[in-house]
Amino acid sequence: MSTNTLTPAAPAPAKPTKPWEASISDRIKTAAIFLGSALFTVGLVAVTPLKGKLAYAIVFFIAFVVIDYIYNVVKGGRAAGADSLFRGFVTAAVCLAITPIVSILLTVWVRGHKGVHWTLFTKDMHSNAFQDPANQGGLLHAIIGTFLLVLFAMIISVPIGVLTAIYITEIKGRFTRPIQFLVQAMSGVPSIVAGLFILASIVYPLTKTLNGFEGSLALAILMIPTVARTSQEVLLLIPQDLREAGVALGGTQWRTVIMIVLPAARSGLITAMILGVARVAGETAPILLLAGGNNSVNWNMFHGPMGSLPNYIWQSFGTGTPDSVTRAWAGLLVLLAIVLILFGLARTLGNRKVGK
Amino acid sequence: MTQTPPVTPPKREITTKPRFSDKVFRGVVTGGGLSSLIILGLILGFLLYEGYGTFKSQGFHFITSSNWNAVVDANGLFNAKASTFGIAAMLIGTLVVAVIAVIVGVPISVGAALYLTFYAPQFIRKFMVTAIDLMAAFPSVLFGLWGFFVLESSGEYWAKLLNKYLGWIPIFKLPTPYVQHSPFIAGLVLAIMIIPIVTSVSREVFSQTPLDRIQAAYALGATRWAMIRAVAFPYARSGIVGGVMLGLGRAMGETVAVYTVLNIVYQVNWHILFSAGGNIASMILLKFGEASPQEIKALMAAGLVLFLMTLLVNSAANYIVNRSKSGR
Repeated sequence: MSTNTLTPAAPAPAKPTKPWEASISDRIKTAAIFLGSALFTVGLVAVTPLKGKLAYAIVFFIAFVVIDYIYNVVKGGRAAGADSLFRGFVTAAVCLAITPIVSILLTVWVRGHKGVHWTLFTKDMHSNAFQDPANQGGLLHAIIGTFLLVLFAMIISVPIGVLTAIYITEIKGRFTRPIQFLVQAMSGVPSIVAGLFILASIVYPLTKTLNGFEGSLALAILMIPTVARTSQEVLLLIPQDLREAGVALGGTQWRTVIMIVLPAARSGLITAMILGVARVAGETAPILLLAGGNNSVNWNMFHGPMGSLPNYIWQSFGTGTPDSVTRAWAGLLVLLAIVLILFGLARTLGNRKVGK
Repeated sequence: MTQTPPVTPPKREITTKPRFSDKVFRGVVTGGGLSSLIILGLILGFLLYEGYGTFKSQGFHFITSSNWNAVVDANGLFNAKASTFGIAAMLIGTLVVAVIAVIVGVPISVGAALYLTFYAPQFIRKFMVTAIDLMAAFPSVLFGLWGFFVLESSGEYWAKLLNKYLGWIPIFKLPTPYVQHSPFIAGLVLAIMIIPIVTSVSREVFSQTPLDRIQAAYALGATRWAMIRAVAFPYARSGIVGGVMLGLGRAMGETVAVYTVLNIVYQVNWHILFSAGGNIASMILLKFGEASPQEIKALMAAGLVLFLMTLLVNSAANYIVNRSKSGR
């Protein structure tokens, strides 16, 4: 006697239905509308004097929206038609928002990769002019300069930014709201104003000459709000239990913050730092006013002008010959690669769970 | 055997008074926290100090006239009496390009934010949010060069089309047929530059639309568009206004991209398709190189005007955004 015959066969579980999902016939209809408007577009552009990629895109978009609208009005009435029109609008908007990103990335790669070669990273420009063919000279001085500028900006701005965030999240004193407001206001300070400020406060009254450190100070002003706001968000994510545990173990507030809260937020704080660096690495206007340009490697932040990637790009672009413009794009490619790497790092660290 | 009486330990002092170490800690942190106030104050103070002379000698003309003449007399000395500094042309130019940027950029950003919040499937949303956040990290010199080499050629074509079909509207008129490097193209570049910030602010406020109201709208038979119109828009309106003003603030302060793309001419130009314009930030960069010490003081004054303008717009924007986030 097998057990099979005793237990009645369980009824096959009913498949959950998802009435809101597009059925196969819906998908076929969408594809048909898509194809139909594509055919219409090709036909119209071929017959009329409309020309170019833009004509294709616009005619296709209009055709698709109109056909989709008519179909929906016939099928579901005016409300469904309005819905389809709006869907067309938001889809177009997101395409328009993405197009420049794709175009910028492609342009930098297509125009820049010709100018990238190994000597770029081993030589500087002290014996070459910007008009020279792009395979002569290099941007070692610019990379070192940008590295130093950003490093010093980081040393100045990260403590200030993190302290600001700690004040807002841990101390929660009388000034919390004003400080939050001021940090937001500070993130809107135009970069050229930061440059002018350092000129007015340090260069003219005190040093009278340009050097890298002044550039770093201007970058630090631009970096503080980014670091402060990102750190603040991270610190707010730290569970209150951790702080209470610290206090319950007899810790004073500063030991709780230093030994429990900050270590728990470590990866988030590093993310904040990296985002700040990515924000200022390509900042051009204050660098042009303050750090000056230098065509050879300069390791001294406190003496003499300091080259940098934005400055190198700016000078090459300003020279205006085909070779120098290739140089500018190669410089941009290097700069963009640095920014992308930093951004990727920040993303991977930021996606880790808080407290790890 | 005598029993020793139990020793009661002395009572611990229970107090909420912070210890010395905590006082130091709070002092240090408060000092760090107040640094933003100090820095903003110092910026204001030093720019005012440097620019004060110009404000005094030019008076109200500094923002109403558009003459910029640094007169040097025969001995090579600066002549303060004959020199005039006025930034009206650049002030108007700043507003013109920033407003173009907002008009073009905001519908795109809000539409994209709506798509990403209410329409996009998960994987598309993740990818596109990353891409748009990434765009916020692009250096401005990159936007400038891209605008100069890539957008310029398309932009000229669009400008000609606009002039051909909408030329009867005063702002699309062309005094002479030069459309290269016009405020229109600078405005387009700025529009692209403000897309990330406006999109992310709008996305944030849209995503806070209460779910029960969305569901209620759907339960009443609303289409997605009807739901957005009846629930999401009213809820997010003030947040979007704030985001738009943040974008406006960014567009007003942009230097390098505008300098690269725009043909900077010192005149009041309302014809947005015509090849002349400028904004305060790019003017400062342009004039800074060969400016005499006195002229630099005038540039500092211009920088102060720019600083106050952006500070005002940004503060108003942040006020609106914060209120729409915390309220309700």
